[in-house]
Amino acid sequence: MKEYNIYITGVGGQGIGLLSQTLLRGADHAGLEVMAVDTHGLAQRGGVVVSRIRCGSSVFSPLTLSHHCDLVLGMEIHEALRGLETALKKGGTLVYMALAWQPLPVRLGQCQAVTPENISNACTQLAARSLSVQTSGLADARMHNMALVGTVAKHDLIPGVAKADYTRALKDLLTGDLLVQNLDVFNRYAR
Amino acid sequence: MKKLGELLVQEDSFEEILMGNQALVRAMVETKTLVVTSYPGSPTPEIASAIQDIPQDRQPFYFEFSVNEKVATEVAFGAAINGNLACVFYKSVGLNVALDSFVQLGLFNIIGGMVVVIGDDPGANSSQNEQDNRNIYRMAKVTVMEPASPEEAYAYYKQAAHLAAAHKTVVVLRLTTHVCHARQKIKFAGYQKEKGYKTEFNKENGPYIPLTVLALEMKRLAMERTGRILPFIRKAKLNREIKSADSQGKGIITSGLTWLAVMDVLERSTYRPNLLKLGVTNPLEREGILSFLRSNDQVLILEELDDILENQIKAMAYDQGLTTTIIGKTSDKDFIGEFTPDKTLEKILATWPEMMPGEIKELGQKEKLPAVTVPDRPAQMCPGCGHRSAFFAIKKALGNDDITVADIGCHTLGYMPPYEVGEVLMCMGASPGIAAGLSLNNEKKKVVAFLGDSTFFHAGLPGLINTIFNHHNITLIIMENGTTAMTGHQDHAGGTIKIETLLKGLGIESVLACDTYSQEKLTGLVKHSLEIDGLSVVIARHPCMLKFTRSQRKKPGYVQKHITIDPAICTQAHVCVEAFGCPSFVRNLDGSVGVNADLCLGDGSCRPSCPEKAIGFEKEER
Repeated sequence: MKEYNIYITGVGGQGIGLLSQTLLRGADHAGLEVMAVDTHGLAQRGGVVVSRIRCGSSVFSPLTLSHHCDLVLGMEIHEALRGLETALKKGGTLVYMALAWQPLPVRLGQCQAVTPENISNACTQLAARSLSVQTSGLADARMHNMALVGTVAKHDLIPGVAKADYTRALKDLLTGDLLVQNLDVFNRYAR
Repeated sequence: MKKLGELLVQEDSFEEILMGNQALVRAMVETKTLVVTSYPGSPTPEIASAIQDIPQDRQPFYFEFSVNEKVATEVAFGAAINGNLACVFYKSVGLNVALDSFVQLGLFNIIGGMVVVIGDDPGANSSQNEQDNRNIYRMAKVTVMEPASPEEAYAYYKQAAHLAAAHKTVVVLRLTTHVCHARQKIKFAGYQKEKGYKTEFNKENGPYIPLTVLALEMKRLAMERTGRILPFIRKAKLNREIKSADSQGKGIITSGLTWLAVMDVLERSTYRPNLLKLGVTNPLEREGILSFLRSNDQVLILEELDDILENQIKAMAYDQGLTTTIIGKTSDKDFIGEFTPDKTLEKILATWPEMMPGEIKELGQKEKLPAVTVPDRPAQMCPGCGHRSAFFAIKKALGNDDITVADIGCHTLGYMPPYEVGEVLMCMGASPGIAAGLSLNNEKKKVVAFLGDSTFFHAGLPGLINTIFNHHNITLIIMENGTTAMTGHQDHAGGTIKIETLLKGLGIESVLACDTYSQEKLTGLVKHSLEIDGLSVVIARHPCMLKFTRSQRKKPGYVQKHITIDPAICTQAHVCVEAFGCPSFVRNLDGSVGVNADLCLGDGSCRPSCPEKAIGFEKEER
């Protein structure tokens, strides 16, 4: 593989770090050359978090050119649209959760919230494939990230990376009850 | 995967995916760095968390969070002139705090060697500016290495440590944000454990007193030392040249992360220029650079922030009478922000448009999507944050004309709507001094300064003591959350020294304190303090709820509580969502207010904000 770029985005506190590391390690277990970088600034305080993963033999910088990502993963609807508009390339794939953590201007009544319709219009424009992930059945919001990893695995979105690679990655990163719970969610969505 | 801390001290070689900051710690272990100090600041705090992940009984070196960067530099220096290889690390603007000590380092015979790791922040991702510290490194006459990736951060630290120990000097490892935070697979070497602190200080190794004529002699020795370092740079091949078979007379000189951006952009080019990547950016290795200039007709210098390389390289070319065209910065824009792949592409396109194919030029334009503007998402105080309750309560005590001075920390975020408390911000610990200046000849307006507890010890004390010494008329509010929260909950001196005791010891007459969740009480204390002529202090106290909740969740039987809004009582006054502004509130399209259960801690700090008392606790059985 020459180049495959992934852009992961959401809000601080959603577990983007673990999501990114699972994909990064999964790609590594599948034998891909891979690197990643998180950009979080003050994101622990509810700001935007972005993580980029780049796979392939001809990638150098952990940062990507705009509109050069094959896959955008959005953990929150506003950030999904932002990511789509800045990172996704024509014909790419968006996987997102439609849940909203309203940004300040929306809560103050100054701006309209982003709707699923906004997302589907933008996807049509970019000839992008879009997969919406339902997480309403998950009691613990801290497992939402695993629903996305599971969806990525189910649809074989990262070329050459199999379900077993992600499972192995999770076993690298977690232990005990946390591993069992996360694997459970992952498996449910990967099926 | 083994636990990070165990991996970092494993004696056998291994291969693992690590972050730049974590890889550095392995380099410290392998080089037998014996003393490491720091003050927390992004992008470097993960270096400390990696160190603290190492089991206590296997700690390979002494580590401390010092009270600020200056003290951290001094502790590391003291250990190093005692014969121990020492390292100090901090963020970009931390160097400003350390500067008085830092600029002296190059003058000394540091017998153990010293490495200063500085995380610069082009793009000001998490700093109050994006200063280019390379200006300072030149002034301090120190050797500077600039890795481009985690793998290089690991390798360069080892080179820096080797050089520092061999030449008994200081070497700076200049990292930037996305080098610190990048992750990649790295092959780590093995090492042999060998611990033993040294106590070899001897003034005969000096001179260590840079006064009068000795100051100049020490500078001469420092410059001689720099001269001896150049052969090392050549031998270690830290500067790398990649020749192209089809350069068309073009060349690029770059360094650090920009190098990788250049490589990425050139993957898409129609022909490839010659490349020179500088691993050492001070002192510049003249011969190699001149030979590169001679072998190209046009050379583009790609460096983010200031024109440090450009000016020196142009001067070299002028001295040699070279005819090579040297292209550097062409507008103010070139001095601002990171040289991301986008910006690097833009710069290459502007210089040599024919180098890039047509389709990539189009990609530079933003795709024309339907005009939906995604609302901004500024950083917020967390749900339950004691600072929110404090700002909500303090605002009620302030007059419309009163002036509020912010400082660095989580409470800085109070400047944003809906609180808008904090109208000027400079740097760590500046608020008491700025407030004092604002209070001069200012009878009508009260001046209120805010200061976090870690910052209080870091740089706030001199400003505070100055207000006592010079009888300034300000109210200082110390936002005490018990930790260095913004950078990830590092401990600070407040765990050992009680701020309230210290303030009383300083003879301050009015020191009042309360928990910020007692909003009415806090409003009263601030009102009272504002009436006092002279210095008054209020300690607005509440533990960092992010830290507190994380520790609570680990306890068995923990149940997440939530608040709930009774729609029968709610009159949609929107005080909770618009004025109190906890991110857990949801504004529904019909004007009703909901609660985001993923965010709400059930702390109830929002309850006093509701004029109708419509906010209650959710029943536990749900």
